[in-house]
Amino acid sequence: MCCEVKYTLENDIIEYIEECKKEEHPESYLIAVLHKVQGRYGFLSEIHIDEVAHILEVPTATVYGVATFYHYFKLKPRGKYSVSVCLGTACFVKGADSVLGAFKSELGIEMGETTSDGLFSIEGTRCIGVCALAPVVTINERVFSNVSPGQVPKILHDIKDTD
Amino acid sequence: MKYINAIIDDINVSVEEGKTIMEAADSIGAHVPRLCYHPFLSTEGSCRICSVKVEGFGNLLPACATKIQEGMKVTTNSPEIRETRRDLVELLLDNHPRACLTCERDGNCELQNLSYKLGVRHRVFDGARKRFPIDFSNVSVVRDAEKCILCRRCVRVCSEIQGVHNLSQMFRGVNTVVTPAFQAPMDESVCIKCGQCINVCPTAAFIEKNDTDVVWEALKDRNKFVVVQTAPAIRAAIGEGWDIPHGTHVTGKTVAALRRIGFDAVFDTDFTADLTIMEESHEFIQRIKSGEGLPLITSCSPGWINFVEHFYPELLPNVSTCKSPMQMLSTLSKTYYAEKTGKDPKDIFMVAIMPCVAKKFEAKRPEHQAEAGYPYTDAVLTTRELIWMLKAYGVDFPNLPDEDFDNPMGIASGAGDIFGSTGGVMEAALRTSYELITGESIENLEFKNVRAIEGLKEATIDIKGTQINVAVANGLNNAKTILEKVKKGDKQYHLIEIMACPGGCVAGGGQPLSHVEKYIYPLDKEIIKLRQQALYNIDSGKTLRKSHENPAIKQIYNEYLEKPGSHISHELLHTSYQAKSPRGIK
Repeated sequence: MCCEVKYTLENDIIEYIEECKKEEHPESYLIAVLHKVQGRYGFLSEIHIDEVAHILEVPTATVYGVATFYHYFKLKPRGKYSVSVCLGTACFVKGADSVLGAFKSELGIEMGETTSDGLFSIEGTRCIGVCALAPVVTINERVFSNVSPGQVPKILHDIKDTD
Repeated sequence: MKYINAIIDDINVSVEEGKTIMEAADSIGAHVPRLCYHPFLSTEGSCRICSVKVEGFGNLLPACATKIQEGMKVTTNSPEIRETRRDLVELLLDNHPRACLTCERDGNCELQNLSYKLGVRHRVFDGARKRFPIDFSNVSVVRDAEKCILCRRCVRVCSEIQGVHNLSQMFRGVNTVVTPAFQAPMDESVCIKCGQCINVCPTAAFIEKNDTDVVWEALKDRNKFVVVQTAPAIRAAIGEGWDIPHGTHVTGKTVAALRRIGFDAVFDTDFTADLTIMEESHEFIQRIKSGEGLPLITSCSPGWINFVEHFYPELLPNVSTCKSPMQMLSTLSKTYYAEKTGKDPKDIFMVAIMPCVAKKFEAKRPEHQAEAGYPYTDAVLTTRELIWMLKAYGVDFPNLPDEDFDNPMGIASGAGDIFGSTGGVMEAALRTSYELITGESIENLEFKNVRAIEGLKEATIDIKGTQINVAVANGLNNAKTILEKVKKGDKQYHLIEIMACPGGCVAGGGQPLSHVEKYIYPLDKEIIKLRQQALYNIDSGKTLRKSHENPAIKQIYNEYLEKPGSHISHELLHTSYQAKSPRGIK
């Protein structure tokens, strides 16, 4: 009926949560824990959210509420290459929406989705602070500046080539 | 106690330190309109309807969430403040379905009431609206997120009173929605179906699943013999539907009303409450003798049963195997009564009037279906649904004569009547257990120390030298406290009564809502006390006050059930429980 529960979270994360529980307000470590989980697995899966809730003893509904409140937390797996199109004011007036449109039609997915081969996902970001290079796109750690819709196929092609 | 002096609407007020502007204004009759506020839940302060002007502050401040301070000058109303409040309500309405005419809460909706009062006569904006499908997955509670105004009362009652924490606000901004974890359907969540979210909701974002149509159909069907039973708590509250004063018990009128709308037999769930006591006392005495399976925990409250299955499966062996009085009566109607009257159980349609929405789920449990494939209880209606039906049929309830229940399941002792109140099951069980253990007549029938409305009560009862430790909990956060003690083994309890709803069934999730105009809120202790008192008055007005002395109980054991704990009793009157997924977090 009730027995030893097997978790899919890795031991060091479970240990970290156990450490948090020794603090005065364990629930205040929820965001830190979620950061750690997303850092390891790339996104917050339902099973991981549920496990965090059970180990930290914070209601699952609360954990899910926090995870969905912050844009930073991802609930779906991201592609190996995460395409982030800056939608800040400067990028936007210089045509970021059509750059975003080009990525969407080229990859055949919507914002927040991942291609079926697991290679690419697209998201829009707030201003990343390099307005002089607008419109700006980042793909993982690489930065692409002054991007036009016409360059999008080549950018994706080059990434695939180096994969 | 330190007092704070302030000026509200040019009137000098002196209130205890720590009071809010709203409380101070209420004390001088300056009623501030409010919406997300609920006096028995934590402060939310999100709707801003209670905004007031405080001298020295540029913006209006929420009266419910602002503590009054020395020398404060507050203006609770002005043409500008009224306009602000009206605008806020208009914005809520612009994102709300235009369904008042067909909505269950029409005429008793806090949003509708405010909108009317503040003078909203047309809709200003006609833009995008939030769209969510209605969640019908759960047989007890329906969730309609389009009617939600995000006051979080449901979230608060589910966590602060019930400790279930099933609901939370998900996402942000215009996409904000109140749902269980992972936006799961209610049926796949840890929801225990107590229905307290329905009681506190200002609109109809939470409402019971409406089963009145299936009952109308059954009443129309000439081939069906439609049997009805009414729970103890109904008679203490149904009159409120016609503004009969709180605390008036209307047993006789309820029976008459049920006959008027066409039920063929009207039985009393209080009769099977007595039967529950017979079976449960037998079980209790067995456990006391063997010393195993203690404490015994009562099993009448289906919200509690859902809770223990999701949250405390390790304690399931302690839960009494007795079916609830509702299920006992339904089962006996389709066995004992069917045989006695020569009816095919398939032709009997069993309706239960309950103060509870979890009963709808209980009736659908696989454990409560007959082997031949039909359910023992065909439909469960809440007190509110019965009020709707009676009004729809034009029954003039207040002017009905008193009528008696039908036989053979219509006689109840006072012990059965008090089942609807917190402590009632305990008191009824003690009256019978005491006499069965000692073989002597009990001197003082009234165990007043288990009656109080408080959420958690403990007592030690001396049964001829044997000390019996009992505990009574209502509201599941209180139940958690006692269950944790049981698990730690700090103290040996013998008998524990748990009811899911605060105050017991009299304040169940299916009971009449207070009228919004009267500023009475569900969970109001005064109302709960009055309903409880109605049941205790029925009890004290009877000479028959012990379950085991009920002649109808003696008759059914003689004719059919043999004796408590017999083979046939076990087959018909007892049930089993299973750990349920998802597991709740305590």
